[in-house]
Amino acid sequence: MELLLAITIGIVVATSVYLMLDRNALRFLFGLVLLSNAVNLIIFAGGRLTVGAPPLIPDGAYAPVGVVANALPQALVLTAIVIGFGLLAFTLALVYRTFMTLGTVNSDEMRIAEPRDKRELDTGRLGMGKADPEHPATGQEAGI
Amino acid sequence: MSWLLVYPIVIPLMTAVLSYLFRNTPAGRWIAVAGTAALLLASLLLMADVLEHGVVVAQMSNWEAPFGITLAADLLGAVMVVITAITGMATVVYSLSDIPVRLERMGYYALLQILLMGVCGAFLTGDLFNLYVWFEVMLIASFGLLVLGGNREQLDGGIKYVMLNLVSTIMFLTGIGLLYGITGTLNMADLHLAVREVQNQGLLTTIAVMFMVAFGVKAALFPLFFWLPASYHTPPVAVSAIFAGLLTKVGVYSLIRCFTLIFDQDVGFTHTLLLWLAVITMVTGVLGAAAMNDFRRILSFHIISQIGYMVLGLAIFTPLGLMGAVFYLVHHIIVKANLFFVAGVAKRIGGSTDLSRLGGLYAHAPLLAFLFLIPAFSLAGFPPLSGFWAKYVVVKAALDLEMWIVAGISLVVGLLTIFSMTKIWGAAFWPAHPDGIKPRLSDLPMGDRLALMLPIICLAALTCIIGLFPEPFVQFAERSATQLLDPTEYITTVLGVQP
Repeated sequence: MELLLAITIGIVVATSVYLMLDRNALRFLFGLVLLSNAVNLIIFAGGRLTVGAPPLIPDGAYAPVGVVANALPQALVLTAIVIGFGLLAFTLALVYRTFMTLGTVNSDEMRIAEPRDKRELDTGRLGMGKADPEHPATGQEAGI
Repeated sequence: MSWLLVYPIVIPLMTAVLSYLFRNTPAGRWIAVAGTAALLLASLLLMADVLEHGVVVAQMSNWEAPFGITLAADLLGAVMVVITAITGMATVVYSLSDIPVRLERMGYYALLQILLMGVCGAFLTGDLFNLYVWFEVMLIASFGLLVLGGNREQLDGGIKYVMLNLVSTIMFLTGIGLLYGITGTLNMADLHLAVREVQNQGLLTTIAVMFMVAFGVKAALFPLFFWLPASYHTPPVAVSAIFAGLLTKVGVYSLIRCFTLIFDQDVGFTHTLLLWLAVITMVTGVLGAAAMNDFRRILSFHIISQIGYMVLGLAIFTPLGLMGAVFYLVHHIIVKANLFFVAGVAKRIGGSTDLSRLGGLYAHAPLLAFLFLIPAFSLAGFPPLSGFWAKYVVVKAALDLEMWIVAGISLVVGLLTIFSMTKIWGAAFWPAHPDGIKPRLSDLPMGDRLALMLPIICLAALTCIIGLFPEPFVQFAERSATQLLDPTEYITTVLGVQP
């Protein structure tokens, strides 16, 4: 059972990595969703698998009797699913809004915050250029 | 059970709810100011308690550790909460003038308080899965703050920030799952004992590296920092400032916590890896800054460079090294947030953050120029400011272990930091404004001037105080480092038994 789960996790992770290598932000996001599900399975498997023994406490007892399934990983996975779902909803909305505003979700074309423009690499006006307050030195003038 | 540990989490939550309810009226922002002041008070009380009684612990719902969720504050946790509250207070006051009413109505102050809650929670928790939850709280609030308003740059930077940070949290969660799988516990104090029982130490080192990657993304370590310079210059200045001050430091704090308390059995591998990552981070950060020509983008790259020093302190892993890391953390949060505040005022009166579109600040706003020099020199490590002592301790720790190359590189990086600061000075402060604008502080309305300058003056004063009277701060950092390297007190208090 663990082996089957391990192979499944492997396949899901491989698929998600493939999707995340895409330049399309939406496909990246799908990859991320798959990956978070794979991680949930890892946590689940990390708590060891016990088949057919729900962690229930019989009447009159204070603790479960005999071998029961580990309930903690299920609580952890539940928390992770809830958080993951919230983040997914936010990120989907963000990608949609970005598409509406920028007209693209291709990460290569998203260069507004960090323009490829040459001016950005201009290291001019180091305070060492010409001391002309009317026309302060630009990068070209400083020879950089 | 100490209520003092709960206040830094509950107060921001209550404030967030109230200021969201009143977001359409001026009451909303004043509730935020009052709430943050209350947080500051609560954090100082916590600090006093920790100084007096040592590690303070609270078991949530009275479930004994390691079964329930534990909140614990040692000296490092307490000082981080205090500094969070100080930065939060400065940001809220600065926001009174910096944040337009439009963003306020979208719930800006509520998001800011949620962010503070997440950061405080991360500093106070004693449970690894709980740390993940606080990371997520902090992240979702920071996503909101980053794209609030939704202009083109923000969305562009936001996408990269969101995506890379989500990958890091997933990595963190994987590490948690695997660590639980081999140890059966998630309580940090209990993990300290449990990892020693593990048969397969190689697997443990693999998991340690997984945590290193996850926290490395948060802390903006090389080569995982690309989200930071892509996004930190896009939101409103107040948001940039609190991000720059606090968020990466949560990553560094988590690194320090995990790599002193949990993963300290294979120091030869993990901490050597951290050492070289730290050195490369320092160098790439400062070189990146040298290539930039925008006030806030230069500062963003300097965050990365300075993160290198803190992680270096951790990687050296001697009492002196950790002491340097703690001192550096505190000093850097104050200084970096302050530099972003100054950049914001420069933008407000000079019209831009692009260095080629700025000028004349020295001639027309000498007070601002003076207040820029304090954190700028402190960042570069000039005596007698706080940065000098921080750098001195870290470099001394490296020299003590005869790491000549590492110490040499960190000194050269300090020099290059001065170069960047000179560049900002030489473009924004010294020459006249290219558009002939006379950027005067007195042109701002009185209320705005007060809200913008008060946080800058207070933070600059703090930098000077730490620099001029370093003795108590150094002693504090030393005690904190001792506590980190020998976590017996932490473990005994959390678990209630002798390890």
